[in-house]
Amino acid sequence: MPKITFVSPEGGRTTVEASDGDSVMQTALANGVEGIVAECGGAMMCATCHCYVDEDWLARTGTASDEERSMLDFAASEVRPESRLSCQITVTGDLDGLTVHLPDAQI
Amino acid sequence: MSSERVVIVGGGHGGFQMAASLRSEGFSGGITLIGEEPGLPYQRPPLSKAFLKDGDAARLHFRPQAFFETNNIELIPGTRVSRIDPARKHVTTATGDAIGYDHLVLATGSRNVRPPVANLHLDNVLTLRNLADAADLRARLSGARHVLVIGGGFIGMEFAAVAADFGVAVTVIEGAGRLMARTVSGAVSKHFLALHEGRGTTVRLGRFVSELIDDGTGRVAGVRLADGTRIDGDMVLIAAGVTPNSELASEAGLAVSDGIDVDEFLRTSDPAISALGDCCNFPDPVSGNRVRLESVQAATDHARAIARRLTGKPAPYAAVPWFWSDQSHFKLQIAGLGSGADEQVALEPESGGLVVINFASGRLLSVETVNSASAHMSARRLLASGRPVAQADLAAHNYNLVDYARAV
Ligand SMILES: Cc1cc2nc3c(=O)[nH]c(=O)nc-3n(C[C@H](O)[C@H](O)[C@H](O)COP(=O)(O)OP(=O)(O)OC[C@H]3O[C@@H](n4cnc5c(N)ncnc54)[C@H](O)[C@@H]3O)c2cc1C
Ligand code: FES
Repeated sequence: MPKITFVSPEGGRTTVEASDGDSVMQTALANGVEGIVAECGGAMMCATCHCYVDEDWLARTGTASDEERSMLDFAASEVRPESRLSCQITVTGDLDGLTVHLPDAQI
Repeated sequence: MSSERVVIVGGGHGGFQMAASLRSEGFSGGITLIGEEPGLPYQRPPLSKAFLKDGDAARLHFRPQAFFETNNIELIPGTRVSRIDPARKHVTTATGDAIGYDHLVLATGSRNVRPPVANLHLDNVLTLRNLADAADLRARLSGARHVLVIGGGFIGMEFAAVAADFGVAVTVIEGAGRLMARTVSGAVSKHFLALHEGRGTTVRLGRFVSELIDDGTGRVAGVRLADGTRIDGDMVLIAAGVTPNSELASEAGLAVSDGIDVDEFLRTSDPAISALGDCCNFPDPVSGNRVRLESVQAATDHARAIARRLTGKPAPYAAVPWFWSDQSHFKLQIAGLGSGADEQVALEPESGGLVVINFASGRLLSVETVNSASAHMSARRLLASGRPVAQADLAAHNYNLVDYARAV
């Protein structure tokens, strides 16, 4: 199972095991990682699942699609080039070791 | 630790959010969440969308079991509350247990309406409200050849889109003259009619089903319309709207009309009892009219507002309503409430999709979009600002909501 590390705004790291096919958002919720709200449950409707993909991983996760970028414009925290909606990143074996940083606020 | 106890009846969207928000707002008393359905609280929207395809129930949970333990939320699933005693401040479960409260939150949601149609008891006649319904529907869908959907609202049309993807023939029968008529404008209804017809779905508007036809073995074989026409089909989904679960409240003597009446603080007529989501009607902060909404947004924003009030930060409810519906690769999004609109501007942006802007007395009221997330989010931002948006100002920006929202 791929491992994913979430880094809180204060710098705390939590590493959890993800299931192939789940989104990074689902992985966070299923493992009790704080800092992702995901109000719309992954429908790309809320921008409360914002995360920053670690620079080293950006090539593998890819950047946000146009529609995702439109939603991110309304995220509560600063949007950067490495911003993604975590519900739109699907976990695969390829992403084993992925590190994402969580923003200060989601709402 | 405070000795206060908040009891929440109903473990759906609003009930779960209520418990979670009480903790995140710093409430340190007891929280008891009582739900009739088995298992962990879960999301409903995917039941008519992704779940019908992937069947993955574990993915629907809001949070794992550990969340309830860590946050000291007592979750009592599989338990129906059958009575409220407002004088003694306790609720009684169907098994006869009495649970005392200092504050009670009713989050009982709504249930499907059973339309006045003969033979609803036949086999392969289904409804869709909860996980058990969706699992049943999913299991039977693979064996169906022609499904008949009674009701062309959001749930009926989302289901129709998925069934068509499965390669099943679909006929939708809707009494109104257009699809999703209760909530969307004519332009949006027309757009979705073309979408569904383009995918091979038959839509019969302005038709009423009077009876379901028995194949002779107790299984449905089709429907008969009020005009006598027969339409064959081997599976029927009844999606004819919902009615609020407000009986608990009315039996306890609370004021109830279309759902449980609450004030702008989401308080019922008993100040120790609040209500939220599908089961309540509340004063719309924009029009002042009483409205009852069936949306994730209303249930969760109501819950947050009640949590703030119960932790000493009361404020009148003022959240902007928003809603979505996914049908095939078309995403409908609505910001604001369109009722009372007296003028409408419909645009088809070059990027595709549709934007319908509704005005009342020259002022922005609501925006419906299809596949245009940026226009939707701009509308939400404008409506949330509290500043009226004049139609003339938007017209000066060619009704481009994104440009306008950036400019102001
Ligand atoms: C198939 C489907 C698709 C949907 N899609 C969308 C969508 O795309 N977007 C959107 O915004 N909204 C959608 N909705 C609507 C949305 O899910 C509801 O508006 C929302 O769930 C309302 O939340 P609630 O807490 O008021 O009620 P619910 O989530 O319905 O929860 C109420 C709970 O209370 C329980 N209950 C009732 N009475 C009792 C009792 N006496 N004792 C104990 N428990 C009780 C019920 O069993 C239920 O679990 C959809 C709904 C359905 C059914
Ligand atoms: S969960 Fe709502 S946009 Fe990702």
